[in-house]
Amino acid sequence: MKRNILVSFAFLFVFVSANVCAEGELTIVSWGGSYAKASIDGIFKPFEEETGIKVIVEDYNGGLAQIRAQVETGNVHWDVVDVESQDDLIGCDEGLLEYLDDLELPDAPDGTPAEDDFFEDANSDCGIGNIVWATVIAYNSTGFESDPPSTMSDFFDLEKYPGKRGMRRTPEVNLEFALIADGVPPEDVYETLSTDEGLDRAFKKLDSIKDSIVFWETGAQPPQLLADKEVAITTAYNGRIFNAINLEKQPFVIVWDGHIRDYGQWVIVAGAPNLENAKKFLQFAARTTSMAEVSNRISYGPLRHSAWELVDKHVDTNIDMRPHMPTAPENSKNFLVNDAEWWAEHRDDLFERFSAWLNR
Amino acid sequence: MTAQYDIKSRIGPIGLALPLVAFIVITFLIPLANMIKESVYDADVADALPRTLRLLNDWVGPDLPSDEVFRTIAEEIVVLQENRTIGKIGIRVNRVVSGTRSVWGKTARRVDGVETDDMRTTMVGIDDRWSDLALWQGIKKAGQRYSAKHYLHAVDLTRGDDGSIRRVDTEQRVYNTLYLRTFWVALLVTLLCLVIGYPIAYAIAHTPPTLSKILLFCVLVPFWTSLLARATSWLVLLQSQGVVNDVLVWLGIVPDDGRLSLIRNMTGTLIAMTQNLLPFVILPTYAVLSSIPPTYMRAAASLGANPFQAFVRVYWPQSLPGIASGCLLVFILSIGFYITPAIVGGTKGQLISNMIAYHINDANNWGLAAAISVIVLMSVLILYVVFDRWVGVDKLKLS
Repeated sequence: MKRNILVSFAFLFVFVSANVCAEGELTIVSWGGSYAKASIDGIFKPFEEETGIKVIVEDYNGGLAQIRAQVETGNVHWDVVDVESQDDLIGCDEGLLEYLDDLELPDAPDGTPAEDDFFEDANSDCGIGNIVWATVIAYNSTGFESDPPSTMSDFFDLEKYPGKRGMRRTPEVNLEFALIADGVPPEDVYETLSTDEGLDRAFKKLDSIKDSIVFWETGAQPPQLLADKEVAITTAYNGRIFNAINLEKQPFVIVWDGHIRDYGQWVIVAGAPNLENAKKFLQFAARTTSMAEVSNRISYGPLRHSAWELVDKHVDTNIDMRPHMPTAPENSKNFLVNDAEWWAEHRDDLFERFSAWLNR
Repeated sequence: MTAQYDIKSRIGPIGLALPLVAFIVITFLIPLANMIKESVYDADVADALPRTLRLLNDWVGPDLPSDEVFRTIAEEIVVLQENRTIGKIGIRVNRVVSGTRSVWGKTARRVDGVETDDMRTTMVGIDDRWSDLALWQGIKKAGQRYSAKHYLHAVDLTRGDDGSIRRVDTEQRVYNTLYLRTFWVALLVTLLCLVIGYPIAYAIAHTPPTLSKILLFCVLVPFWTSLLARATSWLVLLQSQGVVNDVLVWLGIVPDDGRLSLIRNMTGTLIAMTQNLLPFVILPTYAVLSSIPPTYMRAAASLGANPFQAFVRVYWPQSLPGIASGCLLVFILSIGFYITPAIVGGTKGQLISNMIAYHINDANNWGLAAAISVIVLMSVLILYVVFDRWVGVDKLKLS
């Protein structure tokens, strides 16, 4: 008993002292898996080497719940988090994130100022642009040897391309896909969705394949569904399909037509224990070279124009990375950029309507 | 004298129970109270726009509020922008009137320092949604400190501008369906667990010790496996290209193009949940069955009952306390299930807990999540009370 108490005190002491000498640390939260690995090798390790700041990596699965719990209880132990654009907006509005509007960002190697070099809307009040990723459609080529699907409309065409369809169980992306498939030009999609008729039209299009949809929840599922032949075509994150094709040699094909792009951002949790280190990290991650280092490890594109020039071969497999980027010219013929602002305004209603639709 | 003795003899047990009481208060009662408060109380808008809300007290429409109201809200918006809390107000009001979130940021950026005699026209010029009566009604609604709006929302009701309560539009109705489905699934799972679990419990209770230990071990193994791993294993087993279908096709029981859909539907949910929850009905039932003296059955037989009669009239009634506690456990646990249905449940696999998880993790609407949770909790409590009246909780036996 006595020994147990001693041991507990020893642990407590180690724990407290670890917290006291935390000046040289930084906790960064990312998504786990191959993407986190790309970030660790591409940015975190070089950052540690350059600054001597020790990076602690944690995984999460998106969303603001954990950030909110930390901020509201005043017990913040995360510093930097890799978030989706929608969580960046809402987290900023809710006061869960630090404002970064006065953070100085590094210029491009050729001297172009950062604000001209970053993609439009890549940075926000609380977020610094990180990657561009895409939700695409993908199929298993063993099912479609002749005349394979090539457009977003084909995804919704059960007669020409029979078989189950995989879709993420959210209204996001699916409503946009439905309208694009129904012939709405990408630039009019959100305007159309803002009207009652437009929404009805999107749901009607989804209705036409409802009985054939298999819903997925996490990014790891769609490649699995394709490999198991549980679905013929699925929506999926482009990086996951890239990995399945190139690292696991699966016979999958990505259809880039009508894909939806979204930006990932770095944010700092409000009241982060290592605020100065976190800002240093964001400046480091915003460098042209850092972005390219990530893109040479996973098929998520850099958010600075200057970094495109540095996107080259995959560091392990020597695959040319550019053709696999959402931003490659040949992939950019027909696409939509996710409007996080629009979703922030309409998401609550639409999630309920989507759930009601699922349950009908 | 006796009274003093009573107190003294009671201090000991109370002292022993204190850690438990403290534990329950800290980990259960305080969070529960917080949750209930969260479901009815929201001061964000009330604290942010106190002057505007006071002026809006006298306003009912159908005209737009007076210029004074516009000037006041403009002043308050400027302050909120400086404190960087304007976004929070946008989110809160947007929950009442969808599609208004960006009004606030846009106005805040452009209204600061504006000199005008006609603030109403200026603000409508910045964003014409300021001329929408619904936005003003929404501000008033969101400004209530205490309100039942989350509870109305959680049962597919809404309050009209005139204060009357009505159902939401058909395509938005979702919660009532989910409560019903959740309770229906819980009921089916409980019945399945009982039908499958009772014979197993009987077998464990009435076989030689070596065999019963092995059986008990088999029941307990799934207990030690992660819920997620079990749900995923069911996917591997039951999917259309999965083990079960492959075997059926190989045996020629089903044709290759007519593979059974056993997962990502209600069948899958029931199979996986039943497997997860079986131990909860087997263990208490086994405990009670093993305490029934075998002499009773022999006595019944010697008095002329055939085995069926003996079972129905002597054995079964004595096993009821175990069955009842097992079923109650399974039923209550089923209501809270959400990982399993999310993975194996398919289109209609969502249960009410999935909605609570969504509002906590994704929508950040903890008030609504709290209201739904309170409704589920209350339903369970009511069921418990009914159960108590009907069966008697004091008759339950867990071991």
